[in-house]
Amino acid sequence: MNDTTNMGLLGQDGEEEEQHGVQYLTFLLNGEQYGLSILSVQEIRGWEMVTRVPNSPHFVKGVVNIRGNIVPVFDLRRRFGLPEASYTKETVVIVVRAGKPGEERSMGLVVDAVSDVLVVKDDSISKTPEFGAGVPTENIRGLVTDGEHMVMLLDLDSLVLQDNSALDNDAA
Amino acid sequence: MSIDMAQFHQVFFEESFEGLDVMENGLLNMNPGEADAEEINSIFRAAHSIKGGSGTFGFTTVSDFTHVMETLLDEMRDGRRDVTSEGINVLLASVDVLRDMLTAAQDGGDADEERVKASRADLDRLLAGGDAAAAESGGGDQVEEASAEPAVQEPIGWKIVFRPHQHLLRTGNDPLRIIRELEELGPLDAECDTSSLPALRDMDPEESYLSWDLRLNAPVDKALIDDIFEWVEDDCDFAVVPVMPEGFDPTAAVPEPDAADQVEPAKAAEKPEIKEAPPAVERRQQQGDRRKPAAKSAGAKAGGGGASSIRVDTGKIDSLINMVGELVITQSMLGLLGEDFSIDKLPRLREGLGQLERHTRELQESVMQIRMLPISFTFSRFPRLVHDLSQKLGKQIELKMSGENTEVDKTVIEKIGDPLVHLVRNSVDHGIEMPDERVAAGKPETGTVHLSAEHRGGNIVIEITDDGKGLARDRILDKAIERGLVKEDDNLSDKQIYELIFMPGFSTAEQVSDVSGRGVGMDVVRRNINELGGSIEIDSEIGKGSTITIRLPLTLAILDGQTVVVGEETYIVPLVSIIESIQVKSNMLNMVAGKGETFKLREEYLPIVRLHEVFNIEEPKATEINDGIIVVVEAGGRKCGLFVDGLLGQQQVVIKSLEANYGKVEGVSGATILGDGSVALILDIPGMMRLAADRDSQAGLAMTA
Repeated sequence: MNDTTNMGLLGQDGEEEEQHGVQYLTFLLNGEQYGLSILSVQEIRGWEMVTRVPNSPHFVKGVVNIRGNIVPVFDLRRRFGLPEASYTKETVVIVVRAGKPGEERSMGLVVDAVSDVLVVKDDSISKTPEFGAGVPTENIRGLVTDGEHMVMLLDLDSLVLQDNSALDNDAA
Repeated sequence: MSIDMAQFHQVFFEESFEGLDVMENGLLNMNPGEADAEEINSIFRAAHSIKGGSGTFGFTTVSDFTHVMETLLDEMRDGRRDVTSEGINVLLASVDVLRDMLTAAQDGGDADEERVKASRADLDRLLAGGDAAAAESGGGDQVEEASAEPAVQEPIGWKIVFRPHQHLLRTGNDPLRIIRELEELGPLDAECDTSSLPALRDMDPEESYLSWDLRLNAPVDKALIDDIFEWVEDDCDFAVVPVMPEGFDPTAAVPEPDAADQVEPAKAAEKPEIKEAPPAVERRQQQGDRRKPAAKSAGAKAGGGGASSIRVDTGKIDSLINMVGELVITQSMLGLLGEDFSIDKLPRLREGLGQLERHTRELQESVMQIRMLPISFTFSRFPRLVHDLSQKLGKQIELKMSGENTEVDKTVIEKIGDPLVHLVRNSVDHGIEMPDERVAAGKPETGTVHLSAEHRGGNIVIEITDDGKGLARDRILDKAIERGLVKEDDNLSDKQIYELIFMPGFSTAEQVSDVSGRGVGMDVVRRNINELGGSIEIDSEIGKGSTITIRLPLTLAILDGQTVVVGEETYIVPLVSIIESIQVKSNMLNMVAGKGETFKLREEYLPIVRLHEVFNIEEPKATEINDGIIVVVEAGGRKCGLFVDGLLGQQQVVIKSLEANYGKVEGVSGATILGDGSVALILDIPGMMRLAADRDSQAGLAMTA
C-alpha cells in the first residue's frame, strides 16, 4: 500500500518530507487503527512482565528495564478508557520518546498489535470532528484515510504532558 | 573566518574560575614583607590567562580590570614593590570582584559597577602610592644607572629579538602575521636569521626554523608591542629593548640569545647582566604547560551551554579504554565459542563468563571513578573563609587541612559545600575564643581548626575539629528545657544533649552575630547531610574543643541493599536504614487506639508498617504477623517495623532514576536492575513512613466521617 522503497528515508530530509509526507507507524487498539510518528518510535518489543509501581494511576502497568533505563509502560486501552483485553503473544509494547525538547521522556505503550507504516502527507490529514465532552479527542492530531480504514494520528507530546500532570496529581 | 566563540565560553569560564582559585590560594599563602617569586608567578600567570582569555572573548571590562591587577603583581614580582598586607587584601578583594564580573558575564548579566569601581580605585591608589614609595627607595638595591636613564629619556624605537620555538606554527600562530602587525606600529627593519635552517631534505615544513632581529623605528608604547606577542609568548623567546638616542648601546643590554632555543628562562633571567638592562626588558618564556591540549580537548565536548561538565583525569579515561578493549576481546571470544558450541567446551565457556564478569565489574568501578573528585574542590574555599572571618572577629586562627585528595562523588562535592561552610563558621565564631581568653585559659594564642577527610570502611568521614571552648553542655540543656524540647527530669547523656543543637530553632550564641547564631542552621545542616544518605555526630569537651564528624556514603550511585519480598514483588531496603530484622509473635503486638499496631523492642514501642497495605500490593503471602518478618528501619530519628513476607538477600545495587522517564513515586527513591534484568524499586524509608502516616490519618478520617 505504500512505496516501500522510501521506507528507509524516514522523512528526515525536508524535501523528501514535502514530497512523500511523514511516516506513521500504525497499530491496532480495540479494532481501531491508530498511528504515531515513526520518528518518535524507539523500538517495538513483545509484552513482558513489568514491575508494578505502587499507588500509580490505573493505566500505568509498571516499569521495565530497557538497556539500563527505567521506562514506564502504559496500557493505551486503559489510557483511552477502552475495554480491557487479555495480553496475548501478539500484544506488543511500542517504546516511544516524546515531549518538549529537553524534557523528552521514554515510555512504552501497550497496544494490541502493530500493523504497518503509512506515509501521510500533511494536507491529507483531516481535522478531528467535534464530539462534545463524551468523546476525548485531545490526544488525536487528526484523521487520515488508508484505503478502507480510518487511522487516528496520535499526538504523543500532549499524551506525555497529560500523563505527567496525571502523575503529579496522583502523587499530590 | 567566523568561528562561533560562544562554544568556547564554557571552557573559558571554567578555566578562569580555576585561575581565580589559584590566585586566591596564592594570595593567602603570601606573607607580607617577603616576595615569594614562585607564588607571585603563579598568581601572575593565572591573572594573565584570565586577561588574555577575556580579551579574546570580548569581555573587555574583565580584561581591563585584570590588567590593573597584573600591573600591581608585576611590580611585586620584579621586587619594585613590597608585598604588604594591604596589597594582599586589596588583591584578594579584587579577586572577589573579578569573580563577580565573570559570574555576571557567564549569566549574561552585569556586574555591580559600584563595587568594580571601588575596587579599581583601591588598586589604582595602591599603584600610585607604590610608585612614590619605589621612587623613595629608588637608591636601594635597584640598579641606579638603569632605572634612572630610561625614566628621563624616551626611547626613539625598539629592538626586538624574536626567536620562535620550533612548534610555533602548530599552535596556529604565524610569525609573518606578527611581523606585519609590528609594521603597523611604525617603520620596521627586519633581519632574518636563517642559521638554524636545516637542509631541504631534513626540513619539516610544519616546524619553524627562522628567527628575527627586528628594529621598530617609532617611539611607541611598549605595551603595544607586548600585546602583539601576547599569544605567542609561551612559544617563543623574545626580548624588547628600547633604542636610546645618542650612543646608548642597547645591544649590550640584550642577553645574547643562545643558539639552542631551549634555554632555561629562569636561568637567563638570573644572569647578572640582566641587572644592567633597563627594567623594561622582559623575557617571558614558556611558563609551564598552561593552555595546553587538555584544556582544548575539553572545549570540544563542552559545547552544550549550561550542561554541567566534569573534568576527568586522562589517566582514568585511558584505563577505561583499556578495560573496554578487554571487554571486547572477551565478547569476541565468547562469540566464537558460541558459533559451534558443544558440551565439552563448557569449561571454556565458564572461564569466559568469569572473565566477562570480572571485566564488567572493573569497568563499572572505573566508570564510578569518573564521578569521583578530590574533596579539595570543596576544601579549597576554606582558607579564604577562615582568613576573612578571623580578621573580622579579631581572632587568630590557623586552619589545618588533611586528606584533601580523598575522592568523593561529584554530587556529594556539590551538596556538602554549604553545610561544611556553616560548620566551619560555627567553629570559628563560637568555638575558638578571643586571643586573650585563650591565653587566660592557658592555651596558645592561635586557635586551630582542623578539617580532615578520609575513607573509613565504605564511607567518607569528614571531621571538623577545633581546640576552642567546646559546647556548653548546661547552657544547651537549659535552653532545651526552656524551649520545651526536653523535660527537666529527663536523664540525658552528653551525646544526647549535643544532639539537641541539631533541633530546629536552636542557637546558644550569646549574641546573634553576622556570622552565625540565627538559629537556622544546624538543623538544615543535618537535613542536607541526611539527604545525601549521611549522618552527623558531635563530640565535645568543655575547654578542650569539639569535633564534628560527618559520615557520607562513598557514592550515591551504588547502595547496599537488602532485598525483601512481598507477594510477587521485590523491593530493596537501603542497608543503612536497617537496624535489624526480627520475627514477631502475634502475642507481642499491641494496639494503640484499637488500630495502630505496635510492638515492643527493648523498651521501645515501634509502630508496624505493613508494606503490602502502604503500597496496595495484591496477594501478600503473609498477612498474619507470625508468617512474615519485621524489618526494623530508622530514618530521621524515627523508627518503625516494616512488615514484609520475607528477606531474600543483601546485594549492592546501582541506583537508577525513576524520574527521568516517569515521575516521583511516594515512598520510592529510585529503581535498580536485578541480576535477571527485571526492575526492583528502592524504598525511600522516610517517604514511606510519611505515606503510612497519611494513610492512617486518612483511614481515621474515613472512620469518623
